[in-house]
Amino acid sequence: MKFFPLIWATLWRKKTRTIFTLLSMVVAFLLFGVLETVDYAFAHPGGGATGADKLITTNKYSITLSLPFSDTQEIRAVPGVAEVTWISWFGAYYQESKNFVFALPVDTDSYFNLHKDEFIVSDEQMLAYRNTRSGALVNSALMKKFGWKVGDKVPLHSTIWTQKKDGSLDWTFDIVGTFDAKDATQAGQQASTLLFHYDLFDEGRSFGKGSVGWFEERVTDPSQSGAISGRIDALFANSPNETKTQPAKDFALAFMKQFGDIGFVLRAILGAVFFTLLFLTGNTMMQSVRERTPELAVLKTIGFGDGKVLGLVIGESLLLCVIAAVIGLALSYAALPIIKLGLQGVELSPKALLPGIGAAVLLALIVGLPPALRAGRLNIVDALADKR
Amino acid sequence: MSDAIVSLRNVDKRYVRGKQSVEVLQHLNLDIPKGDFVALMGPSGSGKTTLLNLIGGLDTATAGEITVAGQRLDQLGQGALARWRARHVGFVFQFYNLMPMLSAQRNVELPLLLTHLSGAQRKANALAALTLVGIADRAKHKPGELSGGQAQRVAIARALVADPTLLVCDEPTGDLDRKSADDVLHLLQMLNREHGKSIVMVTHDPKAAEFASRQLHMDKGTLLEAGTLAA
Repeated sequence: MKFFPLIWATLWRKKTRTIFTLLSMVVAFLLFGVLETVDYAFAHPGGGATGADKLITTNKYSITLSLPFSDTQEIRAVPGVAEVTWISWFGAYYQESKNFVFALPVDTDSYFNLHKDEFIVSDEQMLAYRNTRSGALVNSALMKKFGWKVGDKVPLHSTIWTQKKDGSLDWTFDIVGTFDAKDATQAGQQASTLLFHYDLFDEGRSFGKGSVGWFEERVTDPSQSGAISGRIDALFANSPNETKTQPAKDFALAFMKQFGDIGFVLRAILGAVFFTLLFLTGNTMMQSVRERTPELAVLKTIGFGDGKVLGLVIGESLLLCVIAAVIGLALSYAALPIIKLGLQGVELSPKALLPGIGAAVLLALIVGLPPALRAGRLNIVDALADKR
Repeated sequence: MSDAIVSLRNVDKRYVRGKQSVEVLQHLNLDIPKGDFVALMGPSGSGKTTLLNLIGGLDTATAGEITVAGQRLDQLGQGALARWRARHVGFVFQFYNLMPMLSAQRNVELPLLLTHLSGAQRKANALAALTLVGIADRAKHKPGELSGGQAQRVAIARALVADPTLLVCDEPTGDLDRKSADDVLHLLQMLNREHGKSIVMVTHDPKAAEFASRQLHMDKGTLLEAGTLAA
């Protein structure tokens, strides 16, 4: 700590340069924080059917290919399967394509039995839902977002499913109740969800009748999930609709990867950002140490050893990078609510920001080490020769 | 000479630059008694600064024995030499070589960062050193806010603060006007006479050399003459 004032003063020796370097690094770490948070959110999906006792069965070749509804009975008969329900991807938005709604046609009994500990719905509203064929249960966050009220009739535009009666893509639902996630950590995942009756969907659509998007299973013993998955898939092996059963968490990941390898894209951007940052900061540090050669020589003259001089330069690099990281990551943390607006249904965690500090330390070592070594090896006589 | 603070025996110093080898010092023998104030004079390229570097432990001899403050410097590695310098030598340069971003007091504290003194003790010692050189009132000022003479006083305070055995001064008045130079030389003389500091000073200025108790002249890497003068 006694060297801190010296390192701090040295860092601000050229204020303008330090401020501009710091600003560019803050922007880089802000970008890092945002991208890392999004990457983390996609890699660690929370909420929904992601419990350890949940399995998802999809078409083996693509989750965009459907499965026959008739598979339900066979899956239900598999030892270890406590409940099975079926769902299809509705692909909906409200009024404008930017107003995404995670609308899911579900079978009421089996779906709420499978997810019985996950939703808070009043008995009265659940009863109204059961009794209303065009009824919908809507997450209260979504209600608030669009200003909906119970009793409203809302049209949703499906990007896939035309109606049998008129070929329209617009489906109308009666909001009969709202729900919330029991587990607060799943609130983000459910924030855009609207549930409606599978029967209405299946009978109303102009194609695909009798097919489902995927099955969800609840198993009696989570430790047997692997074996149960194998048994389910074995049932449909060599059939026209072979299946792939996996833990719900893996399914959520695969679902998101429909949009491309998000992690790869984000890491590629981060890589480019830090590669640029390496040159920028590295150049600044080299220049700074070059300018201070006589001062470093004086420190060595009065008894600072090679290691101490090396440590001072590394310390300066660390200080610069960590300050930039703390400011940049704090800004990206402050931006989390804004990011959430653009990523409905994805749970963002501040945990994702922690690697930023690690990245800052790594960056500091990479950019600080070459000038530090140069400073450590400095020949006093040569360095002082120009300025004694 | 048993009470010599500096003792050189058959010291050679040769620099190799590419394929060229330059003999800077040849078979040099020198004894400087403890408490002496020696002025080292001679033309440019005569080897004065090289000799000063060897005495201050900044450079190593090609051959010969160098003993300063009882320590054989030619037997020390770079790390040990750095520690030895911190304990035994205070350096004063022509261009002060102060850290421009630190206040006078912080500059003076620098050598004390290598000790186990607390922050408060470091500050107290730095202020004491600044008081000794008569510039305590500028403790909070940065080098850019000081005149040349004041900056050199701060540099002398930095050289003194760790209570070194020997002060090594390389053209300490070379960048100063006559008045400031005389002030600095009087200060060095006072440190020598009243505080018993041994001083080796390189200078081109005969007037500056008159402040020393002994003058040595160098030419082409050898000591030409050694005399004892009344300052």
